[in-house]
Amino acid sequence: MTRKRQRMIFVVAGVAALTVATLLVLFALEDSIVFFRSPTQIVEEGFPADRAFRVGGLVEDGTLERLEGNTVRFRVTDLAEAVTVTFTGILPALFREGQGIIAEGTLGPDGVFVATNILAKHDETYMPAEVVDALKAAGQWQGE
Amino acid sequence: MVNLHRFANPTWFVKITTAILPWVVGITALLMGYGFWQALFVSPPDYQMGEAVRIMYVHVPAAYMAMMVYGAMAVASAVALIWRHPVADVAAKASAPIGAGFTLLALVTGMLWGQPMWGAFWVWDARLTSVLILFFIYLAYIGIWTSIDDPLRAGRAAAILALVGSVNLPIIHYSVDWWNTLHQPASLLRAGGPSVDAGMLPALLSLVFGYTTFYVMVLIWRMHRELVVRRIRALQLLHAQE
Repeated sequence: MTRKRQRMIFVVAGVAALTVATLLVLFALEDSIVFFRSPTQIVEEGFPADRAFRVGGLVEDGTLERLEGNTVRFRVTDLAEAVTVTFTGILPALFREGQGIIAEGTLGPDGVFVATNILAKHDETYMPAEVVDALKAAGQWQGE
Repeated sequence: MVNLHRFANPTWFVKITTAILPWVVGITALLMGYGFWQALFVSPPDYQMGEAVRIMYVHVPAAYMAMMVYGAMAVASAVALIWRHPVADVAAKASAPIGAGFTLLALVTGMLWGQPMWGAFWVWDARLTSVLILFFIYLAYIGIWTSIDDPLRAGRAAAILALVGSVNLPIIHYSVDWWNTLHQPASLLRAGGPSVDAGMLPALLSLVFGYTTFYVMVLIWRMHRELVVRRIRALQLLHAQE
């Protein structure tokens, strides 16, 4: 075996072993790497009662209520389970019913999630406003 | 068959790249000029984000280049380690600051985009964190080259770091699929084709290719310079021995 071949095997095997090791570590740490939990996960797997966490999902249609001041109440759903969220403050520009959002805060004993921060999550679709208007006019629009 | 060893000959490399350099400069100017004109004046505002979508035309190609340049650097490092080709070693070294620059551009434009759209400059989700780690790996790689004087030893240590860091590339790409993240999944490189409207693609694609040829252009300049520096060093060593 030539030295070049030896080095090549060493480099390929080294990178492969390192990749496998890193991925194993990352998947073992999955719980701490996920940025938010879904309402279903909260119902099925529970939630940390002593500290803040994030819940993510869609703002359920028809549940957005504007209370006194700049407080809002709405339900976050993953289309299976839903969590009621209240939030006081300035909402991101993309916030609306049907939009994916992530709420950061604590879940009280009454089952209401009190958010201290709301982040809007948008999907990977980019489309001109006029195309969406045309689709909506034709009744063909699938999104929100 | 083409003799690949000729690429490892610095004199031959400089001759060929000097000949193609004007073409690379011209193509870069055309692609970037066309791309930015499309991005700023022709491409339509997005249905959700309005005019803010235009940040995409700077952000997405920069993020793509941050990973592309690292991939090139890792391949060049492997070639330098295994076959001891001096040109591959120079290519890896010359790529690092360009890649670090693209990574910084992707991070900064991402923050400027995240604030109005998501409601936060920065969050520690898997995508943002793994790209920040990529930036730190670039800095560590540059640090090795500047802190070790002997180019032979520096090159070997830096190449090993580049290969170790390449583990991060699939993590960055798949982070948005493997974990819940605030960052949305890929829009261009996805199963089922791009989810970017056809009216936005001319700007996005011409800038992706424009950034790529920009990298090739700067890489050739930096490699020529590095080869000259090494020749001077070799001549100085020779002179000192006499």
